[in-house]
Amino acid sequence: MPKESLLSPRNKKLLTDPLGKDNPINVQVLGICSVLAITVQLRTSLVMAISVVAVMGFANVIISLLRSTIPPRIRIIVQLTVIASLVILVDQILKAFVYDISRQLSVFVGLIITNCIIMGRLEAFALNNKPWPSFLDGIGNAAGYGWVLLAVGFFREVFGSGTLMGYAVIPQFLYDIGYEDNGLMILPPMALITVGIIIWVQRYKDRRLIDIS
Amino acid sequence: MEELLNIFVKSIFIDNMIFAYFLGMCSYLAVSRTVNTSVGLGFAVIFVLGFTVPINFLLENYILGRGALSWLGPQFAAVDLSFLTFIMFIAIIAAMVQLVEMIIEKLSPTLYSSLGIFLPLIAVNCAILGGSLFMQERNYANISEAISFGLGSGVGWFLAIVGIAAIREKIRYSNVPAPLRGLGITFIITGLMGIAFMSFMGIEL
Repeated sequence: MPKESLLSPRNKKLLTDPLGKDNPINVQVLGICSVLAITVQLRTSLVMAISVVAVMGFANVIISLLRSTIPPRIRIIVQLTVIASLVILVDQILKAFVYDISRQLSVFVGLIITNCIIMGRLEAFALNNKPWPSFLDGIGNAAGYGWVLLAVGFFREVFGSGTLMGYAVIPQFLYDIGYEDNGLMILPPMALITVGIIIWVQRYKDRRLIDIS
Repeated sequence: MEELLNIFVKSIFIDNMIFAYFLGMCSYLAVSRTVNTSVGLGFAVIFVLGFTVPINFLLENYILGRGALSWLGPQFAAVDLSFLTFIMFIAIIAAMVQLVEMIIEKLSPTLYSSLGIFLPLIAVNCAILGGSLFMQERNYANISEAISFGLGSGVGWFLAIVGIAAIREKIRYSNVPAPLRGLGITFIITGLMGIAFMSFMGIEL
């Protein structure tokens, strides 16, 4: 078998497809839970996105290395154990270095374990592929998840509290002439509506994604 | 008794798993096409939450927490195993789901076949792990509070999925813009339902 280069077209596709037409959130509808709850501010979204990229990349590599030794009957519990150990690592690191953000994320760091994107990619990809493509696939899907997270966090923070990463971005004179922050954007339901609108825009641009059922 | 009822009502309406914390959204979106299947899944979630939350409560208070092992002897009083929380909780949940599956298969084969694939999927439903983690964060005082919290969250999830399934069955006959059909409109409806549920905020029994 000829050796594939590290970033061959096939591998590049693994990395870029999940960003757009195969996006885990907008198209495959996986891992919605955490997108919505922690996107009130851009900072928490960023930390969450990085954590998921780390967990997913490593989980995919580990499962891919073990793929021929895992008995198929107990693979779910093996996968959960691998993911849970990685999440414990991430949780301890967050607690040690960015304690205040770790408090804000509260239970949602733990909930990375049940984030269906991770399980889904392990099942669908890492169990049948070599470590390097699995790593790319993990990073790609986590990045696709991450950009939606950041987009939602961006809109909610700018319109909800008029700040970005904690710095004020809406100029003062706008407030002087009567502009007000939209308090509704901070509340949970608006996250759903924001994601709904992102999906709407994406499907409007790419007609192949439209749900015909 | 009043306190238990208060926790129960609060976890159904105010701290609703779906509308306030978005937990269990994956199966909520995937299984809410018809009312019948969503009723089945809703019952299974109530069942599993009602069992796993109290079991994890005992685990947390007698094995994992700081000083929880002191019933073994004074030399264990300083042991803190709380870093093992995630892995223990998920193991309990996976085992419980397996057990529930076997029990239902034995007792009621009709229910078992109608639930089908959804039962094993509950193990990776974030609402279940979320229930246990919230129970840990909120420090419920005793096991009956934990039970009422678990059951209440399950009922809240049940209400939400049955509601959205009913709306989705009706909306099939409406003229939704094509790019918004299916997933997009479901998100927006859920958001609107969430706003409606916010009117329960501040209820205290």
